[in-house]
Parts: sequence; C-alpha cells; structure tokens
Amino acid sequence: MAVTHALLPNRYSGRLIVVEGIDGSGKSTQLFLLSQWLRSQGYAVAFSEWNSSPLVRQTTRRGKKKASFTPATFSLIHATDFADRMESYILPLVKAGAVVCADRYAYTAFARDVARGMSRSWVHNLYRFALKPDLCFYFRVPLDVAVRRILGGRSAIKYYEAGMDLGLSRDIEESFRIFQGRILDEYEAMAAEMGFHVIDASLSIEEQQQQMRAVVIEAMGEHLAAGVLRAPMGGAHAGK
Amino acid sequence: MRANEPLRFYAEPLPGVDCSELRGKLIVIEGPDAVGRTTQIGLLRQWLEQEGHAVLDSGMARSALAGRGIQEAKRGNTLGPMTMTLFYTTDFADRLENEIIPALRAGFVVLIDRYIFSIMARAIARGEDRRWIERVAGFALAPHAVYYLRAEAKHLVSRVVQGRGAFDYWESGMDMRFGADMHQSFVRYQTRLVRALDSMAQRYGFTVVDAARSVEEIFWALRGHIAALRLTPGAAAPARRPPKPKTRRVG
Repeated sequence: MAVTHALLPNRYSGRLIVVEGIDGSGKSTQLFLLSQWLRSQGYAVAFSEWNSSPLVRQTTRRGKKKASFTPATFSLIHATDFADRMESYILPLVKAGAVVCADRYAYTAFARDVARGMSRSWVHNLYRFALKPDLCFYFRVPLDVAVRRILGGRSAIKYYEAGMDLGLSRDIEESFRIFQGRILDEYEAMAAEMGFHVIDASLSIEEQQQQMRAVVIEAMGEHLAAGVLRAPMGGAHAGK
Repeated sequence: MRANEPLRFYAEPLPGVDCSELRGKLIVIEGPDAVGRTTQIGLLRQWLEQEGHAVLDSGMARSALAGRGIQEAKRGNTLGPMTMTLFYTTDFADRLENEIIPALRAGFVVLIDRYIFSIMARAIARGEDRRWIERVAGFALAPHAVYYLRAEAKHLVSRVVQGRGAFDYWESGMDMRFGADMHQSFVRYQTRLVRALDSMAQRYGFTVVDAARSVEEIFWALRGHIAALRLTPGAAAPARRPPKPKTRRVG
C-alpha cells in the first residue's frame, strides 16, 4: 500500500519533523528538547500540537464534554482541526523556510481512528492533503510502561483516551489498557511502511535526545545548514 | 434507488449501523444558494404530514456538535477551504448518526436540505480534489431520491436581489475572491457550484427539477415525483390539491 506517498511531498525550503507514539511515551518532552536545540542553532522553529486549532477547539471540547462523538465524528473533527493547522500554520511556515515541529501528526489519526473501527483506506484518504514529514520519530514503549506513566502522572484518565466510547470495559483503566494496546499495534504495523525512526522510549531522556539529534544531523544537516530560515539574530548568540 | 429498496452506504459502512433496520425514507433536496430549497422543504413537510407521514427535516450546519463552531468560524477571516469542507462533513456526520439514522430506524420520512453533494460541490468549486472529497463523504447513506433544484446563476441573482436584497459573503464565495466584487464573485461561484452539481447528477441519480419557476409550480413538480415514490407500501399518496393552489402542474 503506497500510503506514505499519498501525503504531499515537501518541495519547500522548510522542514517538518513530527513525533508519534502512545500517551506516556515521552514524545512531547523529546520534541521540546529537540526544538530547543534547533533554536539554539539559530533556526527558525515553529511548533504545532495535535488538536490545537483555535477555530475547531471549542467544537472538540463540546463533543468531549457531552461524550457525543462516534468513531466517524471523532475522526472528522480531528481532521478538521488538522486541516486548519495545515492551511493556516504548518504549510505557510514550511513554505517560508521554518523548521516545523509537530507533536503528533496524521499517523495519530491513522492509529486511533482505525483502532476505533474506521477503515484504514478511508482514514488514509482523509489526510491526503497533509504535507509529508521529512522526519517522523516513533517512540516505542511497552504498554505497561506507558500505562504506569499515565496512571502515576495524572489524577484521571480521559474518557476518549481510554476509548470508553467503544464499550471495551466498564473499568476505565482496563479500557485504557485495551484501547492503547490497539493503538500500539497500529503504530507497530505502520512503523516500517511509513519510514518511522524508532526511538526506544525506555532509554534515558538524554540517550533518546542524542539519538534524535544524530538522526536530524544525518538526515537533514546539510539542508539545515544551507536552506532553512534562520532566526533574525543568527545562531551563534542563542546559547548552548 | 426505489423507495422500497433498503438503504445502503455509498462506500464506507459506519460502525454500528445495520441498514436492514432503517425502515424510513431518505429524501434529499439539493441545489445552489437562494434557489428556494428551504421554502420547498417547508411545503413538502406540511404535505407529507397531512398524508400521515412522520417527517424529520435536517439541514447544513444544524448539528448539535458542529453547528455553532461553523457559525463562529465563518464570522472570522481564517477559515480555509479544506477546513471548511471537513467542518461541514463533521456536521453532516453528526446529524447522520444522531438524527437521521435514528429517525430512519423509527420509520420517518427524512427530508434533507442539502446533503453531501453541496459539501462536495463547494469543495470542487474551490479547486479541491473531487476524488478526495467523494471518498471522504463515502460514509453517507445513498438516499431514496435526490431532487436537484436547478437554476442558472442569473436567476439566483434576481432571487437574492428581490429576496434578501444583499449578497452574502459565503454564498458569493468571497473567501476565494472569484470576482472583483460581491456580485461578480457570486455569479462565478454559483456557476461553478451548478456545474459541479450537474457533473454529479447522473452518477448519483439526481432528479433534476427546473427551479426557474414559481414556488407553486416547483412544489407541484416535487409532489408529483415524491408521490411516484410510493412512500407507503401498497398505497400511493393521493394527488390531492393543497388548500388553495393557484396553479397546478405536475411535471
């Protein structure tokens, strides 16, 4: 299945780096550290989080609050949110030459929506307008570790994160475990096909970050040095 | 599709829906802006209820989930074409699953003011990929009948001017600036919409209804078509006149 190629190839001077993985895999921390490093090198870096469009956020919140989402509407509202960020944020910035760092990308939808019962081909088509990332890091973590991190770190698991809409179990922890397990299976199935750079998320934070930076230098070092937009002040004074 | 045939999804069956349970009838009125769809839906509803059918009507951007969000997004100046397409598709999906399908299960006649075809036409008019949006909308149920109220942009202009008296920003496609001013943009955008709907007519089995006529004439044409669907098994809806018809033409 030539799904990866269905995304739009990046023909612009900017770069798009994304992180993926189940909740509790530590990907947000790693992306933050990577973006700090890139900034310190003087590059113009922008950040886009899953589910953060100002146009769509209220609607998503309404659906979550009333628990009125079905697999189809859950999928579509997230695609709407993504479309807004793509049209008014990510694409213009990549065109302008920035390095855009995205915390979760279309692959999150590929994993979650399919785990919710939407067909793979439908979900893949839905995101066909997405720009293809130059790098996708996938943070591989055993389910038990992720579950422990989530349960330890927060007071409550969220309804849709636990897949409670699917009626997998009445117990939210049990439902969370089953649902995140399904998502994990989807990610694992995609990893090779989509060309993910797999990071072992059970390594120390520092080791993971070193691996990420090495991949970035290897994959796009020359392009970064020559092509992308630099922050106005230049990199030399920005620390590190 | 005949009215006695069971409903089916175009391409993408929704999780948890058993089509054999859907006993009601699904009737769609399509057409460009200002063509008079809403008026006709009101008349048809009244008539169908007089005939003893329970009727649900549903129209765009009226979902509990996304209706308000769409209105708010349209008030700003950042709503992009792809985002708009998907926002309306979300709205449609919410109405399909939470209003339309439950009403069909209960045996209602569901009258829809614009279906996926308007969403698709707007996307196509804005230069989006036809195959993309057709596949996205593939979770829709294929209606028992689609009546396409068709009129040229020139006719629509006169209806807007005589009716509301002003062009609407979105109905004029001003987000895409199809013309130098609202009028020019309206004409070009509505022409694109009509062309896009025309291109779907055969594929999706639209019944084309000439809408450059009086309200009564259009109503009688629609009534004739719907009566021929034989909504009640075994008994055709009798072609009785409405209370005070001025003209009567079935065609």
